[in-house]
Amino acid sequence: MKVAIIKYNAGNIFSVDYAMRRLGIEAEITGDPEKILSADKVIFPGVGEAETTMSYLKAHNLDNLIKSLKQPTLGICIGMQLMCKSSEEATSGKVDCLGIFDEEVKLFVPDEKTIKVPHMGWNTVSAINGNPLFDGLTNDPYFYYVHSYHATVGIDTIATTDYINKYSAALHKDNFYAVQFHPEKSGKVGELLLNNFLKL
Amino acid sequence: MLAKRIIPCLDIKDGQTVKGVNFLNIKSVGDPVELGAEYSRLGADELVFLDITASHEGRKTFKDLVKRIAENISIPFTVGGGIHELKDVETLLAAGADKVSINSASIKNPDLITEVAKNFGSQVCTVAIDAKMASDGEWTCYLNGGRVETDKKLFSWAKEAQERGAGEILFTSMNHDGVKQGFANDALRVLSESLSIPVIASGGAGKMEHFKDVFVDGKADAALAASIFHFHEIAIPDLKNYLAKEGIPMRLV
Repeated sequence: MKVAIIKYNAGNIFSVDYAMRRLGIEAEITGDPEKILSADKVIFPGVGEAETTMSYLKAHNLDNLIKSLKQPTLGICIGMQLMCKSSEEATSGKVDCLGIFDEEVKLFVPDEKTIKVPHMGWNTVSAINGNPLFDGLTNDPYFYYVHSYHATVGIDTIATTDYINKYSAALHKDNFYAVQFHPEKSGKVGELLLNNFLKL
Repeated sequence: MLAKRIIPCLDIKDGQTVKGVNFLNIKSVGDPVELGAEYSRLGADELVFLDITASHEGRKTFKDLVKRIAENISIPFTVGGGIHELKDVETLLAAGADKVSINSASIKNPDLITEVAKNFGSQVCTVAIDAKMASDGEWTCYLNGGRVETDKKLFSWAKEAQERGAGEILFTSMNHDGVKQGFANDALRVLSESLSIPVIASGGAGKMEHFKDVFVDGKADAALAASIFHFHEIAIPDLKNYLAKEGIPMRLV
């Protein structure tokens, strides 16, 4: 199986590659459109800031490329946020994103100061309609999160987490899947989810 | 519900795990990757690896070790020790670390926190603070593993670190470290309630009740310990089951 990990100006891309190797998959980290288009599975990972990563994608025409993908594609963390309609993580307060999912990405605004932002650590994820991405993952498993922005809940939401407010932990539409947490850093349950994605 | 985190800390010298008791008297407790993988299997929520090697060759060894950890361990890990400049941070993140812990260098050069946050995001930037309470109750920050006193005070420095872009504060109480009589819960509570970023408590874990106290009274987001885990005085699964029974949100594996 050919797995492409999209290379762009976001951090933490290598940890997804390491996670793939632990599953016995030699993925290719690449920004080459042909390699991405010909892969069986595409992963769009990363940790970063929405506005700068979005401008990079546009400058390298990766925005249209990602939208045109037909194979199963998994966005992780900032990858998921960039697949949404827009994000508040921008100097102007709003940046247009890829618009694959109809959700908006908003900053966490805690109502008491004892609630910490970023949302960092392990939190429970509730899958809501038996999506194959969550096969074998019952009883609201804990996944590892690090983020200050979150996608709203809507028609494409397949799992939610409650932190400050309920938000989309995972989204799915057609061939596009996305998770806000880091499966590559979530121990056994993360490996299970990545394996589920590879089986799609 | 966001779980409270249990974090074993591994001190590394020349590629081997060590733990100083009161920052002195070092005993070797094994291979870092093996020990880290075992902790991950037992349910540790994160790992911290601190490089206490001084030599240039040791640094290179540590970088190679970070890569091996990233390849083999599927939970988040923080690395620290000997970070002086942005380049060091870049090297460790490129090797696969999820976060870096900056201690002395952040006090000597607070702009480093700003630069790390700007270049790599706050989420990678843990500011570690070693502080000691004097008889008048005031907490003062120390450098170089607790050997050099500074003019920085714990609470104001933690606040400044947050404003500069720190993503987490790792606070070690030198009064409590190695003594095994519990964490510095009063100071931790003040820290946690005055900051909007997570606080990791370090120093003082001796028995399971101490962890309950640090989460309930100290309001810590995470608790870090070393020797009690390395020397099998407390097993992580027992600890997490105990805390879950006490009503503290825990990820049980």
